[in-house]
Amino acid sequence: MAKNNIDYSRRKALTGSAAIVGGIGAVVATWPFVSSMNPSASALAAGAPVEVDVSKMEPGQLIHDIYRRKPIWIIRRTPEMVRSLSYLTSKLRDPDSKNEAQQPVFAQNQHRSITEEFLVLIGICTHLGCSPEFRPNAGAKDLGGASWPGGFYCACHGSKFDLAGRVYKNVPANKNLEVPKYHFLSEKRILIGMTQEEASA
Amino acid sequence: MSAESQGLLGWIDARFPLSKMWKKHLSEYYTPKNFNFWYFFGSLALLVLIIQILSGIFLTMHYKPDAELAFASVEHIMRDVNWGWLIRYMHSTGASFFFIVVYLHMFRGLMYGSFKNPRELIWIFGMLIYVALMAEAFMGYLLPWGNMSYWGAQVIINLFNTIPFVGEAISEWIRGDFVISDATLNRFFSLHVIAVPLVLLGLVVGHILALHEVGSNNPDGVEIKKIKGTDGTPVDGIPFHPYYTVKDIFGAVVFLAIFSVVVFFVPEMYGYFLEHANFDPANPFNTPDHIAPIWYFTPFYTVLRAIPNPFGGFLAMGLAIVVLFFLPWIDRNPVKSIRYRSFLFKVNLIIFAITFIILGYLGLNPVTPLYQLLALRFSELYFLFFFVLWAYNKPRSMMFWIGSFIIILSGFTLYDVYQSGALCFYNMYVECPDNIDLVWITWLIPVVYLTITLLLPFFNRLASEKKVPARVTL
Repeated sequence: MAKNNIDYSRRKALTGSAAIVGGIGAVVATWPFVSSMNPSASALAAGAPVEVDVSKMEPGQLIHDIYRRKPIWIIRRTPEMVRSLSYLTSKLRDPDSKNEAQQPVFAQNQHRSITEEFLVLIGICTHLGCSPEFRPNAGAKDLGGASWPGGFYCACHGSKFDLAGRVYKNVPANKNLEVPKYHFLSEKRILIGMTQEEASA
Repeated sequence: MSAESQGLLGWIDARFPLSKMWKKHLSEYYTPKNFNFWYFFGSLALLVLIIQILSGIFLTMHYKPDAELAFASVEHIMRDVNWGWLIRYMHSTGASFFFIVVYLHMFRGLMYGSFKNPRELIWIFGMLIYVALMAEAFMGYLLPWGNMSYWGAQVIINLFNTIPFVGEAISEWIRGDFVISDATLNRFFSLHVIAVPLVLLGLVVGHILALHEVGSNNPDGVEIKKIKGTDGTPVDGIPFHPYYTVKDIFGAVVFLAIFSVVVFFVPEMYGYFLEHANFDPANPFNTPDHIAPIWYFTPFYTVLRAIPNPFGGFLAMGLAIVVLFFLPWIDRNPVKSIRYRSFLFKVNLIIFAITFIILGYLGLNPVTPLYQLLALRFSELYFLFFFVLWAYNKPRSMMFWIGSFIIILSGFTLYDVYQSGALCFYNMYVECPDNIDLVWITWLIPVVYLTITLLLPFFNRLASEKKVPARVTL
């Protein structure tokens, strides 16, 4: 086995084990580099809750704010808008908000909000992240005329959502618009980023 | 040459293989003497790479990779830096020309079977270059921080969200934030300026070394190394230098003339090279009305949009690129050049080229019910091309042609029935979709394609290869 007094099996074992240990070391050494690309501490800190005053909003108006650098919409719905939500069910993909990832438990209802009047949404299309347009006027010709009760339209890939952010069938997006955590500090002040339970805990 | 080099060159040659490399890769690198027009694009790709690296170095001297400053620094380059507009337009035009040249170079490979044994690795290196180039172009497009930069990157990075379970974590890792932000811009700058160019250069060296190891293919698909003269060099070969260096310099001059016309007169190319929405700064609250990627990505973007399921679309788009890597093992017909391939091979290749262009056109335009269906039909044609290419490897039985025709036809017809309720005529309980007529009219596109490519091989004359000559023809 040993040729010229060289123990080849011993040499092979040493080479192999050195390669394995060195290989593991090399893989572990990539960790700091890979991890450095994740959101930094300051990006995470930008997630602090945002307070919005809705006392000056007109019925039917949309205002936006920023939370975690994402656009947040607050819409004050008119009673007609709220009524339009009830007769759309057959046209929607997830009318009962069964997909739990898209809203906190308190918004798992037809109007997808705490009160019927105020809707809070993350203004990012669930398809590929464009920001949909607010198209509140019923009967818009380019969106199907009489069958359009008002809602949101994403021009990027043609996804449609109703006035509760619920997605229509047969459009590229397959999830309802996301409702962020929020709660009412008072009747006309909303804190976005934290639920009532989290705030009082 | 046996004579030792003298003087300074001799001093260098004793320490570094300078003359040896010059001979091996240029003055004594034998290339087929029958190269034609299509053989310009390899050296032109190298020329554009050099233009991009040089103009990029000078842009980097003035550009600021900061979300607050980036857009203004590009304006600063355009207005205040001496000749800044020229350097920037060279770089932006160069990006589009890079893809024009690379697409023609790849099509040359398809026509003449340049990826076949023993050149598989050249093709693999080339495909890796192509993928690296797409990454480089995508990251470079974010840097001006215009509104299309922003939203284009938003859409493309969100593609990773569609991956089950780990998708969101991956896209957050790529962005370094929950949305496209300063962190994203900064890392894309790093990758665009250092990482990917280094990878590209390495791959280009690999591509050329692999090419010089086996030698070039040619429009006849004949191996010139098989017939050598008394001096041991291929009788159908000529040294690359000076013969092809001169030819390539001519090509470079014509190329630069066309390139200059674009740089000086139509650098935006009517919104195709620099999109109009990108003259507005990035605005996270205002998506441009219509987001289209830059033209060289649109064929794959159309494949993405053709599939309604987001993850399915992502996979289809990925597959459309990955399948190209396997070309050497898909088309294994021993006849390399299109000149001696069957009539139907030529038809198939022409349809593929047209399909690619139509997919690109559809990707530039907003989705309409008709375009949505055309996207699906031509995506089907895109993938079927590779099946047909494989089918043409060797003569096949009548059973094979009829069988594959029926299986494939029923395959995508079933998809139509499942996807769009296309058989609603026969089912009174199902409401017909609005586009039902279009579904069946466009259904004819793949049917006609399959009829041509899978049923016409009944006629031997259309499906048989011609005899390949022993030596190159001129």
